[in-house]
Amino acid sequence: MRLSELKKGASAVVSEVEEAHAADPIARRLRELGFVNGEPVRVVACGPVGGDPVLVQIGFTRFALRRSEAARVRLVNGTAT
Amino acid sequence: MNAAAVPMRIALVGNPNCGKTALFNRLTGNRQKVANYAGVTVERKEGRFVAPSGRVLQLLDLPGAYSFDAASPDEAITRDICEGRYPGEATPDLIVCVADATNLRLHLRFVLEVKRLGRPMVLALNMMDAARKRGIGIDIAALESALRMPVVETIAVQRGGAKALIERLDMLAEQVPVVARVGAPEDAMLFSSPNSDGFAPSGAPTADGEMDLHAQVRALLSGAVTMPSATSIVDDALDRIVLHPVAGLAILGVVMFLIFQAVFSWATPLQDALTAGVTAAGAWVGDLLAPMPLLRSLVNDGVFAGLGAVLAFLPQILILFLFILALEESGYLPRAAFLLDRLMFAAGLTGRSFIPLLSSFACAIPGIMATRSIADPRDRLTTILVAPLMTCSARLPVYTLLIAAFIPRHDVFGLFNLQGVVLFTLYFAGIASALAVAYVIKRMRRDKSEHALLMELPSYRLPHPLNIAIGLWDRAKIFLRRVGGIILALTVLLWFLSSFPAPPVDATLPPIDYSFAGRIGHWMTHLFAPIGFNWQICIALIPGLAAREVAVSSLATVYAMSVADDAATTQLGAVIASQWSLATALSLLAWYVFAPQCMSTLALIRRETNSWRNVWITAGYLFGLAYLASLATYQIAKALT
Repeated sequence: MRLSELKKGASAVVSEVEEAHAADPIARRLRELGFVNGEPVRVVACGPVGGDPVLVQIGFTRFALRRSEAARVRLVNGTAT
Repeated sequence: MNAAAVPMRIALVGNPNCGKTALFNRLTGNRQKVANYAGVTVERKEGRFVAPSGRVLQLLDLPGAYSFDAASPDEAITRDICEGRYPGEATPDLIVCVADATNLRLHLRFVLEVKRLGRPMVLALNMMDAARKRGIGIDIAALESALRMPVVETIAVQRGGAKALIERLDMLAEQVPVVARVGAPEDAMLFSSPNSDGFAPSGAPTADGEMDLHAQVRALLSGAVTMPSATSIVDDALDRIVLHPVAGLAILGVVMFLIFQAVFSWATPLQDALTAGVTAAGAWVGDLLAPMPLLRSLVNDGVFAGLGAVLAFLPQILILFLFILALEESGYLPRAAFLLDRLMFAAGLTGRSFIPLLSSFACAIPGIMATRSIADPRDRLTTILVAPLMTCSARLPVYTLLIAAFIPRHDVFGLFNLQGVVLFTLYFAGIASALAVAYVIKRMRRDKSEHALLMELPSYRLPHPLNIAIGLWDRAKIFLRRVGGIILALTVLLWFLSSFPAPPVDATLPPIDYSFAGRIGHWMTHLFAPIGFNWQICIALIPGLAAREVAVSSLATVYAMSVADDAATTQLGAVIASQWSLATALSLLAWYVFAPQCMSTLALIRRETNSWRNVWITAGYLFGLAYLASLATYQIAKALT
């Protein structure tokens, strides 16, 4: 499952960030912002048009990600808390 | 060492939203120097403060960064200065890394990255008040020994909230060598030891390197920090409403509308007072100069009439910035960007464009400068190109004058008055056309690879009066400098053009008809007659190109010169109301929605994009749109009235 598929209010744990293409700067920045293996995330809100962007709580911080960005984040399956 | 002669240079670094600038304001007060880094246009803020020992410390506020793996020009500057390889900037003697105590999971990662540089550093845990309120416990001693660097608590928004930091810096100034030496890490060993304790070497932005950094952060947190809950209850509650798909958009609309109503109604008494003051001063000086009619005319019709009319708009600019600064400080602006991202993305922009574009409502110059926070160069260029379509405050003088003269003060639905509604419509026209132009640019662009958003939504904060006061003071200085410099020079030039040559003895028309300005204006009417502009407007358009607000003072000068009564200077509105048709007034309003922007904006676009082509594109498309809009407005209005 991917972060972009997570429903509003649902929690999960990050597995890894996938590169959409070689040397993907968006993937690198996502990792820098804390999207790394084992990190719990929660979808706090969705944008008013088409649920895009999504607001993700990670650690003590909230980041707004477009759906295409959130789709790079693979989640650990079956660990909803 | 002689600390009095060479002040210790301290660089302030930290993640965005760590309260770094508030801390900088707290430490330096108004002893700040704001400029740009040589060659580029990232803002460089420097200040000084005196420690209790009498030692002078020099402080440089570096742009906020998430990582040294720079994703924007701002982050690149922060990295290069910290690493001591930014040309023309001395390596800082000491780095103060600021971290938000309520957001350590993210901010400690950057602290570790800075630590890898091996330079003398201090960690300032800022917003300790908010952390305590949320029940966050931080074991400072444990953090100090784990990080092997001094750690102090600060509360940037509280008087005396930086006391511990100042004392620590004062103490460290004794030990840190003041003359910066590049690549001398042995000096730094005193405070932190780089690369020797199993840390991954810097410059390894691999997934593994990242994992390593994050693992260290987790270890630090589990050893020194207790956190009852990951989020603040206040943030959760506010975000539930503010980011709600329906309620959130409604709130955003109300906030925007309130700002414009406030700008239009609160400023009036202040404006009246300023205008009265300038008029009185002009009359008083005019009486002193009565024996010298030419000089008296220059001072009264040139300097006081022109300058006074422009100065009167300072209150509006300050009220607008008051709102922008307060919204920025409160953390609301990124929420607005979140709500609007999908819409702006569809138009070829990004949610991040919202902040630069909102600033452009005050002035396109700070707006275009704010585009530096947009990492994607394509998004940045589009934002720069459409920023002049946002109704800048320099256009307000023109709008205010015309609306007051031509639009009645009717109540609409018993809530708003018609004047406010017209103003809102003009602003809206600017926004709508900006979205349309951005969409066209997006269609025409060849490179269609992905654009990033990745935006942090910081905790809500109460805006602090000190930071807003310093921000307002900066804006006032910029505006007054423009009034004092460009605008004064242009007003006087225009007075010259409209005073010479003098009319012949047997003149039948007003004197200005015989002057240079009259001739230029008459010649221009060939082009502008189809859109309803008379020659007085045409004359005012010329200096209006150099700085838009001058158009009003130019009209004042032109009309003061062409009617016998001196009092007309102060009653420009009444004069134009009696001389212009409604269609002409509406056409001029439409013109100013698009009006080719001031020279300083064009110069800035040249500097920011390093391309004359972008300058010509901007000026060309704005002129074309302005002419077409005015043509349509004038012809339709004429047909209807």
